[in-house]
Amino acid sequence: MRDEVAAQKAGKPPSANKDKVLIRDLNFYYGQTHALKGVNLNLFAGQVTAFIGPSGCGKSTLLRVLNRMYDLYPGQRAEGEVMLDGENILSPDLDLNLLRSRVGMVFQKPTPFPMTIYDNIAFGIRLYEKLPKSEMDARVESALKRAALWSEVKDKLNASGLSLSGGQQQRLCIARTVAISPEVILLDEPASALDPISTAKIEELIDELSGDYTIAIVTHNMQQAARCSQYTAFMYLGEMVEFDETNTVFTSPRDKRTQDYVTGRFG
Amino acid sequence: MVDQHTIRAYDRDLDLLERRIAEMGGLAEKMVIDAVDALASGDTVLAHQVVETDPRLDLLQREIEEQATQTIARRQPVAIDLREIIGAIRVAGDLERVGDLAKNIAKRSLKIGIESRVPRAIIGIKHMNEFATELMKDVLDAYAQRDVERALDVWGRDVDLDALEDSVFRDLLTHMMEDPRNITFCAHLLFCSKNIERIGDHATNIAETVVYLVTGSTLPTERPHGRSVTGAETDARGEL
Repeated sequence: MRDEVAAQKAGKPPSANKDKVLIRDLNFYYGQTHALKGVNLNLFAGQVTAFIGPSGCGKSTLLRVLNRMYDLYPGQRAEGEVMLDGENILSPDLDLNLLRSRVGMVFQKPTPFPMTIYDNIAFGIRLYEKLPKSEMDARVESALKRAALWSEVKDKLNASGLSLSGGQQQRLCIARTVAISPEVILLDEPASALDPISTAKIEELIDELSGDYTIAIVTHNMQQAARCSQYTAFMYLGEMVEFDETNTVFTSPRDKRTQDYVTGRFG
Repeated sequence: MVDQHTIRAYDRDLDLLERRIAEMGGLAEKMVIDAVDALASGDTVLAHQVVETDPRLDLLQREIEEQATQTIARRQPVAIDLREIIGAIRVAGDLERVGDLAKNIAKRSLKIGIESRVPRAIIGIKHMNEFATELMKDVLDAYAQRDVERALDVWGRDVDLDALEDSVFRDLLTHMMEDPRNITFCAHLLFCSKNIERIGDHATNIAETVVYLVTGSTLPTERPHGRSVTGAETDARGEL
């Protein structure tokens, strides 16, 4: 892996995976606080990358950089390069709406809009496209199917999104994200508020979506990272300590800090 | 060594596994020494003792497997912890087999006790056994101390035991050809020498486990080869 990253730095093509997002020397500041320190990382196309690390290590911050969420807040700034298909998304003249349609995000707490299930999906599509009703129906259905929610809601599309269970609401949010066909999906602790069965459904969904989408997931649940990602990045105190195949990180990590964290020996 | 877990009961689980392995190692080592002593001296009491020790070894192996399974189920071990547990299961399996092989030697010593014919034929077996016991002792120390260097040393030395087995084989063949009345006795000894050679293979397996446990990487499947009596190369298990 290290060789691969080195090879890429030297301009050589990676062995198997195609880069979707290339993060180089990324620094991030909350005012005076240096939250990300020279982070280097690749998100490979169609693969799931998990970010793990103790609270405050910068993993959510990193996720928020990937769709420029931080732009909403004054005093927060990022330096370095984040290349999405070769284009630096940190560039100030970037179209943020377009970026966020390419890089979708799902949060820890389900955030359905206070509207019908149907409109929760259609709302996002309408922002980018004008579609006739029949086509819109088809898009809503396909998004709900992709999020493995269709069979549960197909008879109550006009019910409020808020009437669904927590797990269903979270899948509704994923359906909403998928509906506008993003290229990258960011998941920030998507299952931490859910029961084990809903969690399993979300993980199954992540597996289903990988391949078609490049997925980055932040999770405190290490078993979840081990279960549903192909790559794992361990972060600590704003640094990227270790980035490798998930199989390696959970069987023989290189760095002692990674080993201590994944085995529960920290602090 | 590695630091302690935040959950201390986890450390206690792993410690218990390690203590049981140490106990198995001590038992297996003693069984091997006693079995060949019984064979050389015709001491039937000692031979019976070896046979009677084996169930304890089997029980310990079961306990280790059960505890390892429970620890996996309850704590979802990863990285070094996972390798420790997988290592314990493997080593317990090897030690259990070593016990079986020692038991087999003890049983044969009971059978041939009365007709012990060519005492000098046993010298080679004793020599082999000293060598195998040394391998066992070293590899158990390597396991206890997580010492990769020492494990690799055992791994490389097993080839000498294979060579010794070949010379014992030739020796016994000669005795059999000299006097057909030696055949039963020598055939038993042939099996004993094979058992001791196998014990060396288990020591090698344990050495491989130690390397995996400490480094996370595995050794090549091919070990240094020995030449067998027929001139054919033997594989890693010493078989033709």
